[in-house]
Amino acid sequence: MRKPIQKIADNIDESLFTIHTFDASKAEQTGYSNYSYWRSTWQMFLKNKVAFFLMVLICILLIFTLIQPYLPYQKLPTEIYLDETTNMQLRNQHPSIEHWFGTNSIGQDLWSRIWSGTRTSLFIGFIVGLFEAVIGILIGAIWGYVRKLDRIITEIYNVWNNIPTTIILVLLTYILRPCLSTLIFAMCITGWLGMARFVRNLIVIIRDREYNLASRCLGTPTGRIIYKNLLPYLVSVIMLRLALAIPAAIGSEVFLTYIGLGLPVDIPSLGNLINEGRILMMSPDLRYQLFFPAIVLSVVTISFYVIGNAFADAADPRNHV
Amino acid sequence: MLKYSLKRLLQSFFTLFIVVSVVFLLMRLMPEEGYFGESFEKLDETQKEAILESMGLRDPLIIQLKDFHLGILQGDLGKSIIYRPKVPVTEILKTKIPYSLSLGLASICISLFCGLGLGILMTRSKGKFWDKIGTGYIVVINAVPAAVYYLFIQLYATNCFKLPILFDVDRPTSWILPILSMSLGSTAGYAMWMRRYMVDELNKDYIRLAKAKGMKNKTIMVKHVMRNAFVPMAQYLPASILFTIAGSLYIESLYSIPGMGGLLVDAIQRQDNPLVQALVLMYAGFSIFGLFLGDILMAAFDPRIKLDQQGGVR
Repeated sequence: MRKPIQKIADNIDESLFTIHTFDASKAEQTGYSNYSYWRSTWQMFLKNKVAFFLMVLICILLIFTLIQPYLPYQKLPTEIYLDETTNMQLRNQHPSIEHWFGTNSIGQDLWSRIWSGTRTSLFIGFIVGLFEAVIGILIGAIWGYVRKLDRIITEIYNVWNNIPTTIILVLLTYILRPCLSTLIFAMCITGWLGMARFVRNLIVIIRDREYNLASRCLGTPTGRIIYKNLLPYLVSVIMLRLALAIPAAIGSEVFLTYIGLGLPVDIPSLGNLINEGRILMMSPDLRYQLFFPAIVLSVVTISFYVIGNAFADAADPRNHV
Repeated sequence: MLKYSLKRLLQSFFTLFIVVSVVFLLMRLMPEEGYFGESFEKLDETQKEAILESMGLRDPLIIQLKDFHLGILQGDLGKSIIYRPKVPVTEILKTKIPYSLSLGLASICISLFCGLGLGILMTRSKGKFWDKIGTGYIVVINAVPAAVYYLFIQLYATNCFKLPILFDVDRPTSWILPILSMSLGSTAGYAMWMRRYMVDELNKDYIRLAKAKGMKNKTIMVKHVMRNAFVPMAQYLPASILFTIAGSLYIESLYSIPGMGGLLVDAIQRQDNPLVQALVLMYAGFSIFGLFLGDILMAAFDPRIKLDQQGGVR
């Protein structure tokens, strides 16, 4: 007795071979994805606990520096306080209830000076970072996209990049006399170079990728290509640069103040405060004048650095699920 | 390779020429007080004009520029006017360069050793304790302005270890702190890049193959990963060695080292134009030729890199 040969076709579900009618709602379901670039970025960012904590800290700090002058019982940052009985300046007072961070060597209140200085430094940082991003992206994009201009801009870049930044900063602040706007101008003029180069390299790499070519062949408008294909790549870099530009700008402000070309003394900034503290560094009981600004400065710069790195990681679409 | 190098060298000279000319023209924008030295207040207008004329500063700009470049070709960088009056710039540089150079080279050796070591250590314990410690160190060094942590090192290290605060050539202990604080920054840089390149390299297929073949971890690390990871870093090495000559402004002023660090700022503040021009020429030369040497060195390390074809293929 022979067993019937088992065929693959024996147990087939006949319903699979019936003709289906087109169902629009089911077709919709397969094409639908609830992926959203910014939401994924935000979710990735939240996973980094340290960066999130620092961001909250920076937000609180930012709000505090902005509203600090309007809070009750605040001293003026530039006013010199006098002793009421002797009419002498309250020099080098240690931290007390009256002056929370003490006073400096001519009797100004250190607490309000520090917040006023943080305001100035952050302002410089934001403006320089913003300018760097705008100019850098613009020039970088032209540099990367327009092939004819590539050589010329590369030559200009080589020349500009080979003049040491210190020299440009020093020369400019020297020629233009130190004040807030010249300081910002001097930093802006050197800051965009790195950004432009970065953007240019990225655009050169991705402008002829297959997916862009495919989009172009399918007739996607240029605006949509830029918005959907190129921008997500650039966002992470831009955010990173922007976040790193802030500590860098604060750092170069400190540097310029250190060599005596920074802001005038009557505008408190973190660089000015640290410089004042440095002079008194050698007497141990006056070191608080160096510590307080240095701590605030470190907290601000480290926070921006960490947040920038974490956000750049999160904004990279390749890291999304 | 040779043809390419020559072409690059010529291009470098051309770039240097433009940079120097730009700076020369920028210096003409500066106030003219700097040309008279101490006697500025005593002179009247006609005397000033006469002095400027005798120095060739009333000639057309083109001729001034030509004279300046001819001077450079003959190794004549001009004479300092205010910083040390009537002393040739080259003399001033001769007394200052040795300090900066020896301090800088020492700090490069230390930071290369520590930085590469830290990078390797961090890669090997990726995501674990040492990696986190190293990342913390890198973040702090990169984010906090150098002026701040240099100050704190000087403040506390001198107290704790009884080291001298100020620099003295004859006391070896006074060399320790400047060199150490100088190498902190570049140590962080080297460690960061070393870690990044090594992690990249470890994820590549040939490493997986080597592991599958049963090669020892140590051999893979030394023979494959480290060698490949070092190539991109070789590019920056010549520039950083050349730049030790320029000195470190913060360190040298904090420990009062008679080096090159503060010279440029000093010269600019006192408006000593010939000195500024000479220094800018030097710095620009360093960065241009540092880049050039770096490319050559990279090609020497990695035979796959063909410099000639750069730009042609995209």
